[in-house]
Amino acid sequence: MKEFFKGFKKAILLTLSFLVICGLIFPIVLTGVSQLIFPKQANGSLIEVNGEVVGSELIGQDFSEDYFLKCRPSAVNYNTYTQEQKDNGDYSGVASGSTNYAPTNPNLTDRVAQDIEDFLQANPTVSKEEIPTDLLTASGSGLDPHISVASAKIQLEAVSKASGLSMDVLNNIVDKNTSGKVLGIFGEETVNVLKANLDIAKEMGLLNN
Amino acid sequence: MLQIACTLFLYILLVIPVGNYLYKVATFKHTFMDRILDKVDNTIYRFCGIDIHQEMDWKKYAFSLVLVNALMLLIGFIILRIQALPIFNPNAIGGMESTLSFNTVISFMTNTNLQHYAGESGLSYFSQMTVIIFMMFTSAASGYAACIAFVRGLVGKDKTNMGNFFVDFTRIITRVLLPLSFIVSLLLVWQGVPQNFSGNIIAHTISGVYQDIAMGPVAALESIKHIGTNGGGFFGANSSVPFENPTIISNIIELYSMMILPGSCVIMFGKMVDERKGSQKKSIFGSEGRTIFIAMGILFLISLALCYVSEMAGNPSLQQIGLSQAMGNMEGKEMRFGISQSALFTTTTTSFTTGTVNNMHDTLTPMGGFVPLLNMMLNLVFGGKGVGLMNMIIYVILTVFICGLMIGRTPEYLGKKIGGKEMKLTALCIIIHPLLILAFSALAVSMQAGLQGISNPGFHGLTQVLYEFASSAANNGSGFEGLADNSVFWNVTTGIVMFLGRYLAIVIQLAIAGSLMKKQFVPETVGTLKTSTVTFTIALVLIIYIFAALTFFPALSLGPIAEHFVLWG
Repeated sequence: MKEFFKGFKKAILLTLSFLVICGLIFPIVLTGVSQLIFPKQANGSLIEVNGEVVGSELIGQDFSEDYFLKCRPSAVNYNTYTQEQKDNGDYSGVASGSTNYAPTNPNLTDRVAQDIEDFLQANPTVSKEEIPTDLLTASGSGLDPHISVASAKIQLEAVSKASGLSMDVLNNIVDKNTSGKVLGIFGEETVNVLKANLDIAKEMGLLNN
Repeated sequence: MLQIACTLFLYILLVIPVGNYLYKVATFKHTFMDRILDKVDNTIYRFCGIDIHQEMDWKKYAFSLVLVNALMLLIGFIILRIQALPIFNPNAIGGMESTLSFNTVISFMTNTNLQHYAGESGLSYFSQMTVIIFMMFTSAASGYAACIAFVRGLVGKDKTNMGNFFVDFTRIITRVLLPLSFIVSLLLVWQGVPQNFSGNIIAHTISGVYQDIAMGPVAALESIKHIGTNGGGFFGANSSVPFENPTIISNIIELYSMMILPGSCVIMFGKMVDERKGSQKKSIFGSEGRTIFIAMGILFLISLALCYVSEMAGNPSLQQIGLSQAMGNMEGKEMRFGISQSALFTTTTTSFTTGTVNNMHDTLTPMGGFVPLLNMMLNLVFGGKGVGLMNMIIYVILTVFICGLMIGRTPEYLGKKIGGKEMKLTALCIIIHPLLILAFSALAVSMQAGLQGISNPGFHGLTQVLYEFASSAANNGSGFEGLADNSVFWNVTTGIVMFLGRYLAIVIQLAIAGSLMKKQFVPETVGTLKTSTVTFTIALVLIIYIFAALTFFPALSLGPIAEHFVLWG
């Protein structure tokens, strides 16, 4: 019995030691070092325009204007909201995820069919078969900041019409915000939608107060 | 394809030195870290009153493990219930409901990391750190300690001494988990994973709306989540969220983080066996380790190929309404990872029992989703925190027994005769896992409370249920996240399954090792069935598949296989 209590005491002290080491010291020291070496990334890679945070380069956004490129569908609407939506409870707080529709779920086909229709209406020069897969399928996180290069290029004609910018300018903007595969092998070619749209807004003179 | 091959090739290069290091830590050999860490360890031993020379037999070892885990469960439960306190809680998160707290602490202490809450809205930073991160370290250390003790028992240098749990537990954290986590965390911050204590940020977007951007000490959790093969995300959508996994480089870092230690365990095992045998040959894996590594590798590659091909084929029902499927099944996947890195991640997370996801498994094609489900049902392809190796060795013992019967030889493994007692325990160990999955799935589909959680119609609904219990029993923790699982029924049942799946298996496995340990070595003769041959490896893989088919085929054919034929029929 005495032996048992001795073991018990050891177990309690061991638990407390590692609670402090792993649960407090480790994350706090790491925060200090990260803030020192990588301050931008450690604080969420935020983008500021005229001193105000307009988003993070790692998080996608919901763009409704027809002169901006669109992100992929999101189950959480990229955590964007208007004051009204917040007040009436349509926006329930910060989240992430997808609707988790199985491939056989009829809700999935309904959603995609509706999105195809909307997309073709907004981009009349595009034919149905040309729409890239990623543009109308929802990402896993609901916060995907990227679309494929094909998905960006296919929107340009409509964007050019609405923004008054030439196709050359827009193509340049897309190219500028495209990241290739790492070492030419790993990953996919992606376009960062928020950064591209910031460049579009800049070209249109929307950002100069 | 090329990027998958390159990723795996680099892994093999990485796992060899780390396996060697783990072997040195397990056998108390000198390493370059000793000069500083001996001091740290000694301080901890002194503070806790741990006598490093105290020897433990298997019963004492298992008891210490369960005792320490039980205390951690208690502390974790209390913290979750009072997390509303304003300590590291800038977003003013409230206390957690009791069945959800019960589920959460068991989930993290058993290294499952099944999450019925969403981190960004359900946990304060204090809970994220002192419950989640803390348990990620300690549950992984418990698993590796059990594995090291198990291997010591099998190797059988001593008749009763399995080592000292407290010492093994401490050394694994200070010498392996903490240093690795620190380096990996910094690499992840470099790639863009946040690490701060500020509250969520409200951005004013150029579209004139607001956007909430979640913050927190994400990188600290992210590293140990993979290194400890834990898998629970800081955010609801886990490693698919850009803040948990921002780039292709962070994705590969996370992949390696979860693959490195389970693979190293096999190398450690091989080296420990060779050392006892007094083998002079310097082989990388050790001859017995090689058999196991190759068998696991074969199972892994078959799974990976099936998942990749299924996802590349896309979703025929979307093709039908006119959306091109040239890129594959992109629903639920991130653009920066595409099909290749998503399929690789899915196969890896369920082979190495991590449970982290970089795409939503519920949205995988039927056969793409079949792969993670099968991997968790097997629960021995590398496996997390050492437990996969232990499960695999249970199957090795079974294979030795069956092959021995077929060719009329006494079953022996590593120089020990396998007797009736060990075989009974092995059979028990093998049967618990399917029993938990199938019995609880049957319970769920026969009760209203269980059926209410199902969110997808048709055969997929059954797959959601099977997946949840397979993930719980295998202590994996990934989910078909559509399942509405934060209810009393799901919280309690999965809590029980996770608990039994973890501790029953560990205790039985330690008992087998403890029993083999006591036996005399039998000299190797021409009549001995060699376990380091190619033939034996193939027999092992076949027996694993045959057993899986015998137990799970009916359930699998009503779930993913039926759904596949609906979709493609």
